[in-house]
Parts: sequence; C-alpha cells; structure tokens
Amino acid sequence: MSKKEAFIRIRHAKKHYGDLEVLKDISLDVEKGQIVAIIGPSGSGKSTFLRAINNLDPLTDGEIWLEDMQVNKTLTPKKYEKHIDQVRQNIGMVFQHFNLFPHLTVSENIMLAPKMLKGTSQSEAYKLAEIELEKVGLIDKIDYYPSQLSGGQKQRVAIARALAMKPKVMLFDEATSALDPELVDEVNIVMKQLAKEHMTMIIVTHEMAFAADVCDKVLFMDKGVVVEQGPPSIIFNSPKEERTKSFLAKHLNDAPGNGNNNA
Amino acid sequence: MGLDFSVVPDYMDTILLGILWTLAITLVAAVISVFGGVFFALTELYAHWFFKYPIKAFAFIFMGTPLLLQLFFLYFGLGLIGIPLSPFVAGIIGLGLFYSVYNSELIQTAMITVDNGQTEGARSLGLSKIQTIHNVILPQAVRKVIPPMGNNLIMLMKDSALVSAIGVTELIHASELAIGETFRPFEFYIAAGVCYYIINLFMEAGLRKVERKVQVTK
Repeated sequence: MSKKEAFIRIRHAKKHYGDLEVLKDISLDVEKGQIVAIIGPSGSGKSTFLRAINNLDPLTDGEIWLEDMQVNKTLTPKKYEKHIDQVRQNIGMVFQHFNLFPHLTVSENIMLAPKMLKGTSQSEAYKLAEIELEKVGLIDKIDYYPSQLSGGQKQRVAIARALAMKPKVMLFDEATSALDPELVDEVNIVMKQLAKEHMTMIIVTHEMAFAADVCDKVLFMDKGVVVEQGPPSIIFNSPKEERTKSFLAKHLNDAPGNGNNNA
Repeated sequence: MGLDFSVVPDYMDTILLGILWTLAITLVAAVISVFGGVFFALTELYAHWFFKYPIKAFAFIFMGTPLLLQLFFLYFGLGLIGIPLSPFVAGIIGLGLFYSVYNSELIQTAMITVDNGQTEGARSLGLSKIQTIHNVILPQAVRKVIPPMGNNLIMLMKDSALVSAIGVTELIHASELAIGETFRPFEFYIAAGVCYYIINLFMEAGLRKVERKVQVTK
C-alpha cells in the first residue's frame, strides 16, 4: 500500500441543518484521474456532499482537501472569500440546470472566468473558447445565445465553460437529469471523452448504466451515510448491504450489461 | 361659453417654455432616479448595516409621504434653515429621490429574482461576489427592470407637474400664467394635457426601442 496521500481527501464530513443531519461522517479518497460515481435515493445527501467539495454547501464539520489546499479552511470571512475563490478555480462544476449566463453568448460564457480571473486577453480567451467548444462538438454554436440551444447543447457548453478554467477535478451534479432522454447521450459522450483524458471526476448520477460503464468507484449513499462503496462490478453485481440491493432493484432497469438484469 | 382655441397660439412662447422646463426637469430627475435607484438597491441588498439601515429609513420616509410635501420641505423648509435651493434644484432633487426609492424597489426585486443558479454558476468558476454581481446578476436584472422602470419614468414625467407648486415655470405653471391673462382655463389645460400626452408617446416609443435593444436574442 502506498503511503502517498490521495489527490482529494474528505475526512469526517458532517453537515446538519438544526437537528436534521444531512451528512453523517463521510470520508472519501479520490486519486488523480479517478472517476467516482455517487448514487443513492433523493434526499440521501449526495448532492449536498458534492456541493460541499467546492463549498457551495459548506460543511458543519470535517475537512476537505484538494492536493495541498484545504477547501474549508478556517479563516475570517473576508480572507475565506478570497481563499475559496482561488480554490474554486481548480474545481469545475456542472449543474443539473446548466446555469449558463443567458445574457452572454456561448463564447462569452466560456471567456468570462478566464478573462476575469486569469487576465487572459480577449483574443486568447476566444481561442480558448474555440478549443473547448471543439472538444464538446459545438464550435458552430460559438456565437449563439444559450436560449438558442437545446438542453444537451447547453450542458455541453457548461462543461466547456468549466474546462476553460483548466480545473484539476470536475464535479457533475446530476448533469443529465434535466435532459430529454434523447439528449442524454451527447452529454454522456463528452463525459466519457473526459474520462479517457484522465480528468478526475466526481459524478452524482441516477444513471446506473453510465456509472457502471465509466466509473472506477461507486459510492452508494442513503440518509447521509455511505452505505457501501467499491468498484462498480462489485456494487452493481454483488452488493452486500440490504439498502443497496433494494435501491438497485428499483434502478437497475437502466443499467444493461450487469448480471442482475437480463430484461 | 364655447371653447375657443384661437387664444392658444398667442401664448405659444409661454407654452413652449413650459414644455422645455418639463422636459429638463424630467430628464435630470430621471437620471438621478436611475442612478439613485441602483445605488439604493445595492446598498440595501449588500452593504454593511451601518449604511443599509439609514438608507432603508430614508426610503421608508420617501415612500410614506406625499411627493408634494417633500417638494415643499426641500424648497420652503430647507430655505428657512439656511439652505436655499432654487425651485428647479429643489424640484429635480425631490422628484429624483422620490423615484429613486421606487426604482430601487424594482431593481432589488429584479436582482433577487435572478435565479440562484446564476450565482452558483459564476461562483463555482471562482468569480468573487462582486464580480458575480457586476457581470452576471446586474446585467440580467437590468433587462428585467427596464419595462417597469420605464413606467416609473413616465409617471415621473407626469409628476413633474407638481413642481409648479414651488414655482418652476413648467407646463402647468406656464398654462396658469396664460390662463391668468386670458381667463380661458379649459383651452390651456387641454393644450397642456395634449402636450403631456405627446411627450408620453415619445417616451413610450423610446422605451420600446431600448427594450428591444437589450432583449437577449431568442
């Protein structure tokens, strides 16, 4: 066993709203280039957990580290604001509802952060937008507004926007849940492409097939705890915990290629 | 006694001057009310309580009392305690601040109702709070706020009639001067009404133009 510390280290993550505990002592290591899927019923805390990683939903207790940066460092509010803005430049996030800026064109959406935060010039930023759009197959939409795009295209632009900051890790919060079924694939293809390029990814998803296909590790969460974790072959084919089994029984219909489901 | 508009052209100079003053007051007060509105809205939403609460109290007073009273206070009241303002200055300050408060309410609503996902999208990229407000929230709020704020500015134009009470020779006051000499109130009040209406039409046309310009392409 290597003693080297993991790329992302989450230690004893806890969060509660008053008496309601949403995260109960979760720890997780993610290695560089690893792809982790978080699955579980709604209300299990999986999105809250993901959103804690870039402090959109701050933890009550515990530590989150990305390499040698502690995400939720204890600082005065003013200093912390500066710190977290720095940290977030390294963590790309893709949301269920895209969160593209509707008043900006596709290229402007992508250029905004590099221009504001890295001092990238207009022409360099535009080149960067072209490169990232090429990756997601939307170079022809570079001067469109988000309202002129389909859901799948919007999400691919959102991915390009996050990638333009050259993040060390990408977080996906149910990136395909809001899409029409026929648009899911185009986003999945882009995510698979990222996986091939060894992008570190943490993915909250309802799509078992995708998780089984792409991920190195699957976490099953329920009621704020990690019930079970392991490689997808184990979690999907021979889960040990009752809760995992009953959850998968309901959701495996959309996970072809695993032993439990011959439908 | 029938209407006889033949007297109106004799007082064209007076009426034109009135129109000019009405336009001048409207324009300056409108500019004050837009910038004041943005300033009050940002202060009430984001500033330290030390700045926020005085502004809130100020807004409360302005919304809760009649504009006419505020104009009297600015002109006669401040004059008595040694801060003499000209009727025009008192008028634009009064109208401008009064409508700043209403514009501020609109801007705040528009900013609050920009989807929280926009903030999260921007902050997740590493943009600071101020960069997010400036680049993402405000531009979207402005687009939302233009139609209702346009209505406010039209009301401001009509309310500029009130500054006749502190002696600015705007359209109403000019009409009264003409009426005083001719004893023909209906003719001149109708003429004034027509002038207001025409100004109104121009303002609405201008607003439609602005709305179309800032609308995101569909």
